[in-house]
Amino acid sequence: MARLIRTEKEVEGRFEEVWLVVEEDPLEQWPAGPRDVVGRPAVRKTALERVRGEARFTADIRLPGMLQAAVLRSPYAHARVKQIDFTQALGLPGVHAAVGPGDAPGLESEAGYAGAPVAAIAAETFGQAHAALQAVAIEWEQLEAVLDPEDAVARGLLASDPERYERGDFERALAEADVVVESTYRTQVVLHNSMETHQAVCEWVGDRLDVYISTQYIWGVRDEVARGLGIPADKVRVVCEYMGGGFGSKNSAGEYTFAAAELARRAGRPVRCALTRTEENVAAGNRNGTIQKLTAAARSDGTIVALGGEFVNALGWGGWSAGTDGPMRMLYACDNVRTVKVTTKLNTPPMKPFRAPGFVEGTFGLECLIDELAAKLDVDPLELRRRNYAGSNDGTPFSSKNLSDCYELAQKHWDRRHDVRARSTPTWKRGVGMASQIWYGGGGPPSYAWTRVGSDGRIMVVTAMQDIGTGTRTAMAQIAAEELGVSLDRVEVSLGDSARGPYATLSAGSSTTPSVGPAVRAAAADAKRQILEIAAQRYELEERVLDIRDGRIVSSDGNLSVELDELLGLLGNAQILGKGARGPNPTGMSVHTFGVHVAEVAVDVETGEVRVERVAAIHDVGRIVNPLGAGSQVEGGVIQGIGHTLSEVRLLDPETGRVLTQSLDAYRMPTIADVPEIVCEFVDEPDRHLTSLGSKGLGEPPIVPIAAAIANAIRDATGADVHELPISREEMLRALREAKERRGAPAAV
Amino acid sequence: MPELRLTVNGREQRLEAPIGTSLAHVLRERLGLTGTKIACNEGHCGACTVQVDGVPVLSCITLAHAVRGDVTTIEGLRDHPLVAAFVRADAVQCGFCTPGQVVAAAALVAANPEPTPEEIRHSMAGNICRCGTYPKIEEAIRTWRD
Repeated sequence: MARLIRTEKEVEGRFEEVWLVVEEDPLEQWPAGPRDVVGRPAVRKTALERVRGEARFTADIRLPGMLQAAVLRSPYAHARVKQIDFTQALGLPGVHAAVGPGDAPGLESEAGYAGAPVAAIAAETFGQAHAALQAVAIEWEQLEAVLDPEDAVARGLLASDPERYERGDFERALAEADVVVESTYRTQVVLHNSMETHQAVCEWVGDRLDVYISTQYIWGVRDEVARGLGIPADKVRVVCEYMGGGFGSKNSAGEYTFAAAELARRAGRPVRCALTRTEENVAAGNRNGTIQKLTAAARSDGTIVALGGEFVNALGWGGWSAGTDGPMRMLYACDNVRTVKVTTKLNTPPMKPFRAPGFVEGTFGLECLIDELAAKLDVDPLELRRRNYAGSNDGTPFSSKNLSDCYELAQKHWDRRHDVRARSTPTWKRGVGMASQIWYGGGGPPSYAWTRVGSDGRIMVVTAMQDIGTGTRTAMAQIAAEELGVSLDRVEVSLGDSARGPYATLSAGSSTTPSVGPAVRAAAADAKRQILEIAAQRYELEERVLDIRDGRIVSSDGNLSVELDELLGLLGNAQILGKGARGPNPTGMSVHTFGVHVAEVAVDVETGEVRVERVAAIHDVGRIVNPLGAGSQVEGGVIQGIGHTLSEVRLLDPETGRVLTQSLDAYRMPTIADVPEIVCEFVDEPDRHLTSLGSKGLGEPPIVPIAAAIANAIRDATGADVHELPISREEMLRALREAKERRGAPAAV
Repeated sequence: MPELRLTVNGREQRLEAPIGTSLAHVLRERLGLTGTKIACNEGHCGACTVQVDGVPVLSCITLAHAVRGDVTTIEGLRDHPLVAAFVRADAVQCGFCTPGQVVAAAALVAANPEPTPEEIRHSMAGNICRCGTYPKIEEAIRTWRD
């Protein structure tokens, strides 16, 4: 029965108190460990279509009569459109329609950053649309631009009031501590740069709008588009069956969607609006830069007594202030914690969430600081972490926490450090570092799924969620197969269409598997119950003695064992329809994912080159549904994190505020040649308080600790403290010089 | 409009296209071969990789009229053993770069059926995968004949 509750809802570390209609999920968890299907490696559903190039992405949608749109963007970091005239542009060959400031959400007369969208034109070809942009007569009024976060803080140009948190008595604990370390860390702006750029195709069919879009959240886009255009939500259908990566940047409809919808309305033709790679680098969102002034204090026995942080989240023209302070508040047992988070608003491209927003940045600072503390205390870094193990989240119990098991699994990798160091040469210094991780990833209600079983013995799971490449489609199929007692090849999953299935949550915040998975299991259980009802009638046995195992209907006394297909064959054109909902999260508990990375690096002390040679990634995310896909997620997170750590940085011209790194040549993402040996291990232990599945999400955790693990390995190898991301050769050489000066030798590097 | 003659996946194609049209554009927009992806459209990422006479070529920065030789796209390699190897190894996440990876890998193994990890890394470094499937891509290429 549906129940109305008042509860806290979490997405990517942001909480809001909401009314929620939830349905109970009365199923008991499966015992821990691999089952028949769940917990065993499964080849990805739709892998073949993707590999053979048959999967139809938004980029491949071709509708009859479809026009192409190009977007006019501000050349100035801050400016206002005083006048705009499309007369000449509309007269050019192939041009059908134009929209300007105020004509569609996202197109505004005030341009808050260089690259801000102000107008768009639709033409027969993209080339014609792009050429027509040059013919738009536009008069700009330039406004003052604020580009530097420290300047913004000094002038009080903040996006919101500073957010303060304190527990215990930080000042007093600091004064009484035996050892204190203070350091400032800086993290850079990085870009998502999904392979498929942000794009949408919009087509009006009567008063209904079909939106084909590369998105992580079809329902969010549906509501946003309906609101933005002032039409009922059920008049908007959003479709995204395959999408070419998002990483947090595609959670909402962008100006490209609204521009396509409005241009399509005006032109009476479908319109595609696809960002170019340059636009993707300039105006599609980013992980914001941070400045973190951190303090840690401890007693000589290694007990951390105080942690303090002043965090600056340097947002651009938009975005929200992610939880950079979260790791400091939650990762260690510490009675006295004081944090303040200051958020600047700059005339730079807007922040969008990027794979564990805030925690990636905050974990770099905190986990480097903890290692600096360990060095000062002369305590083994792993031992220091064990000694300060957090048993609760500021008094709230964790629904499950197996970080100590992660440490146990990490020990053998950590023990390699003596051998690794011994392989150093006079030029290449080698070392090992580690870092821990806490993040969210428990998901939550609502999410729904249906199952459909036909006389052909096949099962269709229907849920309007997305599979953004993380393999959630496969995980859902495994869960349904497990519950129904059939093999995985009998199950297909229909997703990615708001008109063809019930609501499912967004593919962000590591929430898809923990949110939709239990709904799928409940829907499968509902179908199974109905199958057994029919079986009881057919075989004249009581339902309670019947079960489905290995695709057969069996009775508990072993006397009945018939093919499931034999029974389902009786259905004819009848179908068994199951439905399921995601139950509530445990009340009064803090749901988190945990993990630890151990990195091995080599540093060329002459040139400052850093090579990551090996990463052991150990994660605690509850029950693992698909070990094969889970390993791929971890590898992908580690590799993306290595890019964040060593090579990726969005550069701005400090004078004009224009993005300088506008191509995949200038913005350097990891290639296959940059990949170290990666070892993945899991504490595969269901969270017994979380849903009938006990699984948490895994998309984000593996990117959280990697930068600090690498930085700490660099310290182990060279004695140098890096304080800035990316660890460029300049930063590496600076840290080496500083270390040399600290040791009293002249800085010769 | 100038005539364009191409042999694509063994079939001769005759069409008209303005000088300056990229091979990727012709394949995707004129011939409906959307397996070839455009991710950067400036020759930096490898998603648009096709083969011309067996050699990997970035079709987004190749002028269609300048192509001399037989073009092979992912549509012409759908039954290549590498496809099954990529599926087996889970060398695909979002899948947008994957056809380009397979086309590049097919050229590699045609020239060198048993490439070493170093040779794989050297040959495949021009194909970016933002999801980071690289370890699985390496595994798929190492085991493509299994």
